[in-house]
Amino acid sequence: MPGIKVDKNHCKGCETCVKVCPQQILTMSKDITVRGYFYALMADPSRCIGCRICAISCPDSAIDVVTNGTVFELFPY
Amino acid sequence: MNEDARTLFSRPESLNEVVTHYCPGCTHGVIHRLVAEVLDELGVRENTVGVAPVGCSVFIYKYLGTDFLEAPHGRAPALATGFKRLRPDMMVFTYQGDGDLASIGMGEIVHAANRGEKITTIFVNNAVYGMTGGQMAPTTMPGQVTTTSPGGRNVNDTGYPIRVAELLSALVTPNYIERVAVHTPQHIIKAKQAIRKAFTYQKEGRCFSLVEVLSTCPTNWGKTTEESLDWVESRMVPYFPLGCYKDPETAEVPDGAV
Amino acid sequence: MAKILMKGNEAIAEAAIKAGCVNYFCYPITPQNEVGEYMARRLPEVGGAFLQGESEVAVGNMLFGAASTGQRVFTTSSSPGISLMQESISYMAGAHLPVVIVNIMRGGPGLGGILPAQSDYFQATKGGGHGDYRLLVLAPSTIQEAVDLMMLSFHLAEKYRNPVMIIGDGMIGQMMEPVEFPEHHEEPELPSNDLWAITGAKGREPRVIKSLFLDPKLLDDNSWNLYDKYARMEREEIRFESYRIKPKNKILIVSYGTMARICQTAIDELEKDGVSVGLFRPITLFPFPSKQIAKEAKKKNIENVLVIEMSTAQMKEDVDLAVLGAKPVKFYGETGGLVPSPDAVKEQIMKLIKNPNDELKRR
Repeated sequence: MPGIKVDKNHCKGCETCVKVCPQQILTMSKDITVRGYFYALMADPSRCIGCRICAISCPDSAIDVVTNGTVFELFPY
Repeated sequence: MNEDARTLFSRPESLNEVVTHYCPGCTHGVIHRLVAEVLDELGVRENTVGVAPVGCSVFIYKYLGTDFLEAPHGRAPALATGFKRLRPDMMVFTYQGDGDLASIGMGEIVHAANRGEKITTIFVNNAVYGMTGGQMAPTTMPGQVTTTSPGGRNVNDTGYPIRVAELLSALVTPNYIERVAVHTPQHIIKAKQAIRKAFTYQKEGRCFSLVEVLSTCPTNWGKTTEESLDWVESRMVPYFPLGCYKDPETAEVPDGAV
Repeated sequence: MAKILMKGNEAIAEAAIKAGCVNYFCYPITPQNEVGEYMARRLPEVGGAFLQGESEVAVGNMLFGAASTGQRVFTTSSSPGISLMQESISYMAGAHLPVVIVNIMRGGPGLGGILPAQSDYFQATKGGGHGDYRLLVLAPSTIQEAVDLMMLSFHLAEKYRNPVMIIGDGMIGQMMEPVEFPEHHEEPELPSNDLWAITGAKGREPRVIKSLFLDPKLLDDNSWNLYDKYARMEREEIRFESYRIKPKNKILIVSYGTMARICQTAIDELEKDGVSVGLFRPITLFPFPSKQIAKEAKKKNIENVLVIEMSTAQMKEDVDLAVLGAKPVKFYGETGGLVPSPDAVKEQIMKLIKNPNDELKRR
């Protein structure tokens, strides 16, 4: 089941990932980090397909994409 | 994490675990990561020196895990030339903004390219001087408001934005010159391929390589992250067409030169 | 080795190679073009790097990149070209990079002329670029001395990890004289440059060679660190030559470079006429031999210190500071490419011998 891990210390709440997620399952937190930013999180983890597009687009490399079980490589990167 | 958990994507080794000073949404961070990924994939981090410019990316030496020199404004190609000529066995790249490369440093980049220095330049074009607070740059768009073109860039007064990729591709010396962008995932993937190609050409000692990357500057454009990404698509790409402008594979040297 | 008749510019080039420096970047400018032409032929023979850049601005910055490898590198230029290099020189000083820069001076300011002059004294010794930094400045007066100082300069640059400048006027570059290169070149031991140079972050943390210190405490530290180097230079590197200095002398001439050599001729001729005059010739213009000059000036019989330069009295200010009014310091000079003859020098000396209280008038 693929999913993402957002490093709250690195995320600056720029919302690029929210815009690009093909499943449109990302949203911004209600609370803010110690640096004063909202951070990204998965609103519906079950629908994440592990495509990595959010992580590829993140200007701050704040997103790791992890999975267990088989995943189809959707595109070479 | 249970036993067959795998990481599909994470920070490349050459990108330091440091929170950057870049503004939220600024795509410098994406470009830094692409360079880091290419350094990792080519296995050259330990044999590479970067030359930092003056501008927002002056602190790139904090973010990439290679040795670095820091150049006076506009002079990175000259430092890179001096270094590479003495250490042709090392990978040398410059990372420069539009003020650094296309304004004060235009002489240096043109001549480094014309000599065919075996270095790689990552040229980040965000149409404004970022670090100093949003002044007009050589690549500022016609009508674009900046702190030194408050009424919008007047092309009758300051001319048109300079197309560096086209300018340098007019040089006869065989080079690799491509313009890419990073405002959508598809563009990022293509940008990475161009950056990898540039560093590969250097690793093969083949030619001078420059990748111009259209980039955003939400703060000084006065736009949100999303508006900035869209502005690159709607405003910059039409004026700065993406694509490969010069490749040593297809370069033909004019008869007179032989 | 046997003496060879060589042009100054070419002797300087060969001296660099003999000192193990086979990397040279340059830009054409009279009166030092022959250095580049010589190196274009010679460096390929010794596997060195030669490149003519697109401007002296570019060349100065190529030096920064080249010096960062830890290898020896140098350039030569002339007054206007040296002005264009000032920014990169300031950066190299701030980044603690060893480099050698030779200024074969011509008349200035501006495009000036192409004939010999000594009008870049301030620029060389007071720091032509921005920030708290100095250059170790050496001034040869013969082509053999230019060779010797050139070979010494690379060691000094590495000892202090600071740019070293050699300034000679156009004659030092253009004259031909017999010179001798040492059989083999010895240098005191220094720590390896690999301790600081850019060699690739293999098996060590990445290194950054920079002069940016946004934290004022760190920039303050960096500037006082440079200051300590210059204080050490003052303790260890002052070089000068005394010529025919005797207790009975009434006049002490202070002059450097080719001008000092012309004064020596004048002094020799006056000696035959029974007039005894001594010459103090600074070889390091920074660190300036102030104490030594003061000591000579304060000797009982000295009535006048006479500074003679091919400029409008630049070194004179440092002599004034050294003597601090203990004795009158007077000046004679011509510049713009005019080179005072021994007779002209003798004429000025005799005026002071006859009436010591006279002020010397400009030409």
